[in-house]
Amino acid sequence: MTEESLITNEMRAAIGKEGEPQTIEVDKTAIRWFARAVGHTDLVFYDEAYAKSKGHRSIICPPGFLGHAVHTPLNPSDIIGNSVRRPPALPGLEIRRIVNGGTEFEYYGEDICAGDVLKSVTKVADLRERTGTLGKMLFLSTETHFYNPQGKLVATERDTGIIY
Amino acid sequence: MAEQVYYEDVNVGDEIPKLVKNCTTQQLVMWATGSGDMYPIHYDKDFAASSGLPGIIVHGALKNAFLGQMLHDWVGEKGQIKTYGCQYRGMDVPNEDIICRAVVTNKAQDGGLNLVELDIWTEKACGEKTSPGKATVVLPSR
Repeated sequence: MTEESLITNEMRAAIGKEGEPQTIEVDKTAIRWFARAVGHTDLVFYDEAYAKSKGHRSIICPPGFLGHAVHTPLNPSDIIGNSVRRPPALPGLEIRRIVNGGTEFEYYGEDICAGDVLKSVTKVADLRERTGTLGKMLFLSTETHFYNPQGKLVATERDTGIIY
Repeated sequence: MAEQVYYEDVNVGDEIPKLVKNCTTQQLVMWATGSGDMYPIHYDKDFAASSGLPGIIVHGALKNAFLGQMLHDWVGEKGQIKTYGCQYRGMDVPNEDIICRAVVTNKAQDGGLNLVELDIWTEKACGEKTSPGKATVVLPSR
């Protein structure tokens, strides 16, 4: 039995392609807010003097936080309201409903601190389809690299969105 | 903060201190604005129901961040998280325990770094693992 694929040839051709680079600001208040939302208790995420006493340039990003993309009305958000990760366009892809399938972070030993301005580049790593509990599902995997102003890779985020 | 853990003190099979979380809907809204994930399945129960979900669900990435907190607190100020991640296999809902756990699976010294690998996951009070994953951390040597 052959079923119509959710993945068009144009979408398949986007695998490996990169989207537009995004400017990411790592803001002090944003770090604190994220740390509070998680429930972190380490002052290194809240108190600049404390963070400096531990050898950091300023308060540092908690695990899983890599700042926010600079939003303007000309840089619209995606379906979840976010614009940090900006994969290339996937012609034919209609995202009506989405759940998160997984997230992975990789760090390279560099502090990422309040005041840093990073560049992020997102590529489509993989597209797969499967039928499961939510019906016919499309798994969109992306890989986002974050670079500091010196061009050094400071973090990689890998995400899988489940579109159904 | 707990006492600094050292590479020499860690053995394969060790479980690290677990972290128990229980989200209010207020926490989910804080997380939504803090992370930038404003998708309504995490605060609008009508929208969640119309998406085929049982109700408001906890953000997968928040569970990921809980695992990150557990690892951060364990490695201490002289340790570092190198990689960590998980899959969202099961849904969690507000006002139920989300228990973050991890077990050491391997130790290796590579490029002058003391690397410790762990299986990490979140589970419900009934024991169902909802977010299984892996991590690699760097620990200081004594």
